[in-house]
Amino acid sequence: MTHKLIVDCSTGVTTEVELTAEEIAQREADAAAFAEIKAAEEAAAQAKADAKASAQAKLAALGLTPDEISALN
Amino acid sequence: MANTYKAIATVTVGSGGAASIDFQNIASTYTDISINLSARVDAANGVAQIYFNNSTASDKLWRRLYGDGSSAVSDNSNGTSSYVRPIGINRSDQTASTFGNMSIYIPNYASSSTYKSVSVDGVNENNATFAEAAFAAGLWQSNSAITRVTIIPSSGNFVQYSTATLYGIKNS
Repeated sequence: MTHKLIVDCSTGVTTEVELTAEEIAQREADAAAFAEIKAAEEAAAQAKADAKASAQAKLAALGLTPDEISALN
Repeated sequence: MANTYKAIATVTVGSGGAASIDFQNIASTYTDISINLSARVDAANGVAQIYFNNSTASDKLWRRLYGDGSSAVSDNSNGTSSYVRPIGINRSDQTASTFGNMSIYIPNYASSSTYKSVSVDGVNENNATFAEAAFAAGLWQSNSAITRVTIIPSSGNFVQYSTATLYGIKNS
């Protein structure tokens, strides 16, 4: 079973409390939502990297040197 | 550490792990509060999320700046969020038995007339590929005094031996 740790700062007492079914469901929903956001961020970063590589290849095909392409960054 | 720091409470996660670390009933007698967290989660996607007063309202903002040895990144909450999300705990896909560090600082936390800002610096590491160093800024758009701070991994649980200490800080 999964527990949460509750620290009562007025007494210094720490208590382990079992998660309720609702809390477990919420955690699972939150984790799924986070994974979705993370995947979207990674896809966006990959798309940006792919576009950059494509642009650099096209510039090279036009005759620009690597130093000239690098100077554009 | 300055003698104006007082350790209010410390918690260490036991063998069963913990879904969250929740500091409740924080007295309003300090100027600022700070939490030092040494933690690892048992999920590859786990990052810490900080909640105030058990509020799930979308009235928090955050921005992170971080580098991992090969790239530097800035991202943000893209609008309001129900939590502040810094970086600084080790994940299950990083170096085994290694814990990340995070220092959370909340000035003027007991004010009932100002929004609450939070700054977080954190590091985690993965010997195989990278280490992350990050700084995050957050804002809770509420005038409520903070009496409760909860740290919840976005995925998974805090593993055994993760620790958190809440400090109260006075300005004199």
